Amino acid sequence: MSNQEMVNVTIDGIQLQVAADATILSAAQQAGIRIPTLCFLKDINKIGSCRVCSVEVEGEDGLVAACNNLVRGGMVVTTNSQRVQEFRRTVLDLIISQHGLNSTNFCFSCPKNGACELQAVCRECGVESPSFPAPVKNKPLFDSNPFLQFNPNLCIACQRCVGACNNQACNHTLQTGKRGVRTAILAPFGEDWKSTDCESCGCCAAACPTGAITLKRRNDYREWEVKKTLTTCPHCAVGCQYYLVTKGDKIVDVEEFDGSSNKRRLCVKGRSASFDFVQSEDRLTSPLIKNPETGEFEKATWDEALDLVATKFGQIKQQHGGDALAAFACSRSTNEDIYMLQKMARTVFETNNVDNCARV
Amino acid sequence: MATLSVAPKSKDFSKVSGYLDMFSRRIEATPPGICPIAVQASLLESEGLQTCGKCVPCRDGIPQLLDMMKQVMRCEADESVLDKMRSLAQVVRDTSDCAIGYVAGEIVLQGMDTFEEEYRNHVQKGMCQEGVGQTLPCETMCPAHVNIPAYIALTGEGDYAGAINMIRKDNPYPTACALICEHPCETRCRRTLIDAPVNIRGIKKFAVDSLHADQVPTPKPSVDTGCHIAVIGGGPSGMTCAYYLSLMGHKVTVFEMHKELGGMMRYGIPAYRFPRHRLDEDNKAILSTGNIEVKLETYVGAEEMRRIADEYDAVYVAIGAHAGKSLRLEGIDAKGVMSAVQILGAIGDGDYPDFTGQAVAVIGGGNVAMDCARSAVRAGAREVTVAYRRRLEDMTALPAEVESAMQEGIEMMTLQAPVRIETDEDGHARKLICQPQYIGPVKRGRPAPVAASKPEIEIDADIVLIAVGQDIVSEPFEEFGMKTEWKQFVADEHLRAEGFDNIFVGGDCQTGPKSAIMAIGAGKVAARNIDAYLGYDHKLDCGVEVPAPKPNDRNAYGRVNIAERPARERKNDFEYVEVDMSLEEAIQECGRCLRCDCFGCGTMEGGRVQYV
Repeated sequence: MSNQEMVNVTIDGIQLQVAADATILSAAQQAGIRIPTLCFLKDINKIGSCRVCSVEVEGEDGLVAACNNLVRGGMVVTTNSQRVQEFRRTVLDLIISQHGLNSTNFCFSCPKNGACELQAVCRECGVESPSFPAPVKNKPLFDSNPFLQFNPNLCIACQRCVGACNNQACNHTLQTGKRGVRTAILAPFGEDWKSTDCESCGCCAAACPTGAITLKRRNDYREWEVKKTLTTCPHCAVGCQYYLVTKGDKIVDVEEFDGSSNKRRLCVKGRSASFDFVQSEDRLTSPLIKNPETGEFEKATWDEALDLVATKFGQIKQQHGGDALAAFACSRSTNEDIYMLQKMARTVFETNNVDNCARV
Repeated sequence: MATLSVAPKSKDFSKVSGYLDMFSRRIEATPPGICPIAVQASLLESEGLQTCGKCVPCRDGIPQLLDMMKQVMRCEADESVLDKMRSLAQVVRDTSDCAIGYVAGEIVLQGMDTFEEEYRNHVQKGMCQEGVGQTLPCETMCPAHVNIPAYIALTGEGDYAGAINMIRKDNPYPTACALICEHPCETRCRRTLIDAPVNIRGIKKFAVDSLHADQVPTPKPSVDTGCHIAVIGGGPSGMTCAYYLSLMGHKVTVFEMHKELGGMMRYGIPAYRFPRHRLDEDNKAILSTGNIEVKLETYVGAEEMRRIADEYDAVYVAIGAHAGKSLRLEGIDAKGVMSAVQILGAIGDGDYPDFTGQAVAVIGGGNVAMDCARSAVRAGAREVTVAYRRRLEDMTALPAEVESAMQEGIEMMTLQAPVRIETDEDGHARKLICQPQYIGPVKRGRPAPVAASKPEIEIDADIVLIAVGQDIVSEPFEEFGMKTEWKQFVADEHLRAEGFDNIFVGGDCQTGPKSAIMAIGAGKVAARNIDAYLGYDHKLDCGVEVPAPKPNDRNAYGRVNIAERPARERKNDFEYVEVDMSLEEAIQECGRCLRCDCFGCGTMEGGRVQYV
């Protein structure tokens, strides 16, 4: 920080010093000023397509997108003049007029109702309905993928999903195509979803500000019905941070967190595969020991179960040596647990036969 | 009571012309990658709005056609709409009273054929064809896809070394392209919407004039791979390929049949357009990467090629097009008749002809013809005539080249088809006899000349220079086993020679005679694909950061052009003809760049056309 070049800027009358490579948006954040954004997603998408973050810069003819323009020394920025507010309302008006509001009964049936960033920014800026003719949109959903769905009617072509797939997940599967002069989002969730490179990680759905790309499980709850608890994904040893989203006492979803190891990314296992079993009826809730006479598993205490296992392992080691044993850890364990298991194998079993399925 | 008025009937029409100029500049700046049906629809819309409103097919037919075309464009129509469009367009074409209508109908029909695949995609797949979508104009139009906005910004900041290495990221010939590039990058420059295309070549020239390229170290090569690649031909394509392979850590041996490197940039372009020491600056920098061995005056025939293909890990064949095409003309074997390739080749080796007191006639209308004619002037010719069978505007030479030649006193005898060369008793050329032509119907997109019923004319010609194109000397390589069509080597889009794994081919010998920058682009493609063939995926860092953009300057400026030395001076010597741009001119020109890499489609995924 000390050798970084700094420049002086004035934002809404507040003078401050910021790094020369700061965007107007981040400089405003440092000054405690909120500039509404829509297509911008830090480190993922900064193409400046929605123009919602437009601000006035002294000496410039047009408004300037705050998300992808850097500050300059002496820059004087106004973020909330009447002109800016009116322009912002107009671009939002244009966006919602193409948002296929008819397809969700004006948001009522949209899975993102209450969590929609377009809805939120429209409310913030005072746009309640489109003043331009809004074409009726009835395009079919792309919902063959088991986890994800794409509703093209709701897509506002902000390209956050494109940034998520290409810059964040780096899968380079979700791309844009053209329909004449309009940009189409080619979300690979149609009938041919299996033949695409899509890993169903859902980073695109997490990036989508509207209900255009969503996790299917979002259809089962509304934003105001859930509680979110920050925790660590248990699926592997990476330690991705996320919120468990619970409705009542049931886990219904997860939501990525900007953890140091995952940086808002999640994989398909973390996002869609590692929590539904919590409610499974098949789940074991106590140790079971097979009765040798009936051949049936019977409930046991942990002490009984562990004693049995320790005794049997001890016998095997005594009869055949430590190398008759091996320790194989599940990748769903933490690094610490896996470490302890191999330590037990080497010191107690006296074998180097250790392995883990985390390589898959 | 007065009855006549000097006032125009439509009082604002005189003001319309300014808007028509904006309209034509808008068309000129059509962004590369745009959907062809969008282009057709906007043309049709303009056509429909030009109707006088009298006749039904034009007045009512074109709007209906436009509605259908827009439906197709938006991918909301099925195939039946195409049939309906076609039949309505035929009606508009065949029943309109005037050209406003019938040309519109004809263009719709033509476009539906030309872009058949695009139309089919729209109605069948509901999408444009793959690859449709706007990309950065300059970078896309440049065959080597140089990051042009970046080096303009660097030049504007005075970082000439940065600009040169930014160019080298995609093109190791910054000096050559600064001096002789045909600058296709400027053709769709978005700045045209405001005033005129940025003088991109001029800016590059300012950078390499301010700091010579051999003074700017190239990036360091990657670790040695142990692979050894042969490059046949030390021209722009071969040396470009050698440069990148060398940076990737491969060893390269270049086989060059001439005495010096440079190919047509030395043996086709005269020194007054590209001084040899300037070419050497680029070549020196390329060789400074360290992994390139050059074998000059080394001819590669079929036998040698067999050995090379066997010994080396991969081969890039870039032999150019170095044989002069001839004409079937009576007297073509007379003394004093030479091909352009012969004379420009000799000049390339420093062997300047002496035409003192002689009359020189040049046959042809391309850049090479202008090079020959202007060289002949400098060789002391008494008079120089260019005989060309079409009109001045049909010449394939750059208009600036033609104009410069005329300023130097060269007579353009257009619409003259050479019929024979008359000789004196010693068999030496004395006169070029031409049959006057008149320009006739357009054939294959060009107006064709037709013999006029006028008497033959005589042009004094002690020397006749034939500049009607170049041929590829492909026979030895055909004998080795490479495939050709019309002497051009056959390769796929990755420049892999048909039927081979390890032999790549590109440049003039694969495309036919084109430009240096196309050859350079091919050389880079070949280098990357050879790298991939050898199992590598080297990423080359140019070591230069792209400067953050300044806001667009929306004020209109004139375009700064590059001037030439006064014709009466420059025609007496082979010294460089162009005058340096001043710092203030360069800064103004750099300031006109709209930084399309940062504003508009350039920031989008897929909005750029770059190799790395």
